[in-house]
Amino acid sequence: MRIGIDVGGTNTDAVLLDGRQVLASIKTSTTEDVTSGIVAAINGLQQQRAFDPAAVQAVMIGTTHFINALVEAHRLAPTAAVRLSLPAGASLPPMVDWPQRLVDAVSGRSYLVHGGHEFDGRHIAELDESELRKAAEDMGANGVRSVAITSVFSPVNAEFEARAAEIIAAQLPDVAISLSHEIGRIGLLERENATVINAALRELAAHIVDGLAASVSGAGITAPLYLSQNDGTLMDVDFARRYPVATFASGPTNSMRGAAVLSGLDTCAVVDVGGTTSDVGVLRQGFPREATTDVSVAGIRTNFRMPDVLSIGIGGGSRVRGGAGDVTVGPDSVGYELTSKALVFGGDTLTATDLAVAAGRAEIGDPSLVAHLDRDLVRAALDRVAADVSDVVERMRTSAEPLPVVAVGGGSVLLPDELADAGKVHRPENYAVANAIGAAIAQIGGEVDRVYAIEPGRREAVVEEAKQEAVDRAIAAGASPASVGIVDFDEVPIPYLPGNATRIRVKAVGDLQLGA
Amino acid sequence: MREITIDHLDDIARGAAILGTGGGGDPYIGRLLASSAVRDHGPVALVPLGEVGDDAVVLPVAMMGAPTVMVEKLPSAEQVGLAARTLATYLGKELTHIACAEAGGVNSLIPVVAAAQLGLPLVDADGMGRAFPELQMVLPTLYGIRATPMSIADEKGNRGVLDTVDNHWAERLARSATIDMGCSAMISNYAMSGAQARESLVPGTLSLCAELGSAVRQARAEHGDPVARVVERLGGRKLFTGKVVDVARRTVTGFARGEAKLSGMDGDAGSEMVLKFQNEHLVAERDGVPQASVPDLICCLDRESGEAVTTEGLRYGQRVTVIAAPADPRWHTPEGIDLAGPRYFGYDIDPVGVPA
Repeated sequence: MRIGIDVGGTNTDAVLLDGRQVLASIKTSTTEDVTSGIVAAINGLQQQRAFDPAAVQAVMIGTTHFINALVEAHRLAPTAAVRLSLPAGASLPPMVDWPQRLVDAVSGRSYLVHGGHEFDGRHIAELDESELRKAAEDMGANGVRSVAITSVFSPVNAEFEARAAEIIAAQLPDVAISLSHEIGRIGLLERENATVINAALRELAAHIVDGLAASVSGAGITAPLYLSQNDGTLMDVDFARRYPVATFASGPTNSMRGAAVLSGLDTCAVVDVGGTTSDVGVLRQGFPREATTDVSVAGIRTNFRMPDVLSIGIGGGSRVRGGAGDVTVGPDSVGYELTSKALVFGGDTLTATDLAVAAGRAEIGDPSLVAHLDRDLVRAALDRVAADVSDVVERMRTSAEPLPVVAVGGGSVLLPDELADAGKVHRPENYAVANAIGAAIAQIGGEVDRVYAIEPGRREAVVEEAKQEAVDRAIAAGASPASVGIVDFDEVPIPYLPGNATRIRVKAVGDLQLGA
Repeated sequence: MREITIDHLDDIARGAAILGTGGGGDPYIGRLLASSAVRDHGPVALVPLGEVGDDAVVLPVAMMGAPTVMVEKLPSAEQVGLAARTLATYLGKELTHIACAEAGGVNSLIPVVAAAQLGLPLVDADGMGRAFPELQMVLPTLYGIRATPMSIADEKGNRGVLDTVDNHWAERLARSATIDMGCSAMISNYAMSGAQARESLVPGTLSLCAELGSAVRQARAEHGDPVARVVERLGGRKLFTGKVVDVARRTVTGFARGEAKLSGMDGDAGSEMVLKFQNEHLVAERDGVPQASVPDLICCLDRESGEAVTTEGLRYGQRVTVIAAPADPRWHTPEGIDLAGPRYFGYDIDPVGVPA
């Protein structure tokens, strides 16, 4: 048995699974301190279906807590950005393009030091260790508690980042250190930004992870705890302490993964209709397609891996305005006030949920309260919703191949059974808790993303080496060796570079080794 | 516009991406560098081409190398200034003006960095009136102005001057030096007098970029039609509105070549357009019939936002409007067509111009 919990901004959803069978599922309200919401969710499962806590083999939690902390600039640690790049890069120092509010929130300090590599592994300059020691001294004097280290072309060669970490740790043993090559990809500013954000969240991560562990063990569960990551795989709690940014997009990712399992489709578009927005993503071989462009988080450009998700302002709480001829749905929503404002709950606001009830697509609240609605208006508004969602699905396709559509989330009752271009809409059972199911069934992954200079005749060997490394990483992270397979492989020659420079990305994924 | 301030940079970048006709890459780093240089040194004086004196010493500056490297090993403002100063020293002349070689992507903003850093005025002009992929494809070539002597500088302070027998050697030697310098170098070439600049450059390019950028921004704010505003300002015409249904790319000798297929929407439903590109869009065909070609500008814009879509950024499912606009008339001379007409790029057709 395993438990999956998805902590969203509004709801905390939980499921108890045996294999892939849902034994119990519950929706509770997210609490300010997160942990009491989790305790409530586990209790709720227990009430629905009594289980022996000792029989639970793993607990998986997806949480939006860390991204919210960044957006709200809340509880961020005093952070220093160390960049190994001189004599390059001085014109654009760390955090150059950040909103000032967030620079202040992390008490951001920057240090530029000689070092870094060229694209082909040569040194731009030797690492200047005395500069680093001086920087560390200054950090100590200024109360820095977390450090982000970024070296030019560290995705090609990480030796300088590792050495700089040793030097700083020797002088400041209590600070947390984050290294950029473990977090982002080529694109210095974006990778550095992601690393500084990670560094600023390290203290909060330690605190939250302890809280999650305490609430799970408080329920008598001794099984290991995992957190779900942006890419749909799991990390253990130690990893979560070190890489809180890896949780940023786990919400949409978990919904998509859950949709795949529930529908049995591993290549599809997933429409997750919530209270305020509909998020559309694409699954390939059961994993979310990643965004290929930089992703802006709280106004900061970053390049860590995030699922490619398009959102539109249509959800169960969307306000409906106008008449049959000029109806609009959203983008504003009554949000968590749905149960007091929507007509079906005796409120005075026409919402998308009222439309679904009036059209007989859902039984929510009191249907008699919407019986008076103009049929043409209801039809026109629902057609509008279908057309807009269909448009977004269409935009997410990357080829003319047909792509089945799976609808999940509490608001998916808004969608018709057929979408114009996409055809039939799949609606799996338990669609409302797809996110918690996605967390519960997540697997363990390992990844390699590096630029290789491929010598003539060596391509096969280099590719094999990269694949083996990804597999080894998955196993080291806790995957059962027999189940590990390569799920993604991408080889891109880099134009304008000599020496057959090729960026290779491999992802290996396997099932979590349970009860070892 | 007589001065470039930080507030103009976003508009210039947005407009340059349109004139870049699909090439030039993401101007993000160029924009950050320019805004940091202007913050440090103050606004850049922008001089109309007609006001540049005969004896002025005008040096265009640009970035050479791989954009993939530039986003990792960030160039410095000093490096840009160094390229220009090195060439001036070799020429034994006092540098008076900075110029822009091409409108498009990062190279529309590198000259702003150089001018701010050196405290020099920037000429409101460029060498193409658009973007082209190769070094010799500038109007000064038509006036016999040589690419060399040219300078090249890296972030370490290394610099070199190439004085070559022809432009082919300049390209070849500069390419090797660029690789040794770590694949991201700043160059200055096509040094010219004020008189030569007035004769050979395309006037008003940077102002035009800023105007296009601000027109798009404003049209969006007013819920107007940004694409129509661009067409109007460029004196061009709408060719096609459609959805990208296929993109085929291959890398040939360092250039991204390829074709994009669009399936018609709105008034163009039932028709198909094919865009052929090498970094920049070269030929646009509707149902097999060429509608526009180099040297005229073929710009692919997001149908709703009016933002330029680069050839690298073309993806299945995008809704775009393709527009064509006339190039500087000198590109339509026989010499101009030889230098950058469709046949140079391997398309056996006569240039298809946009009716004025």
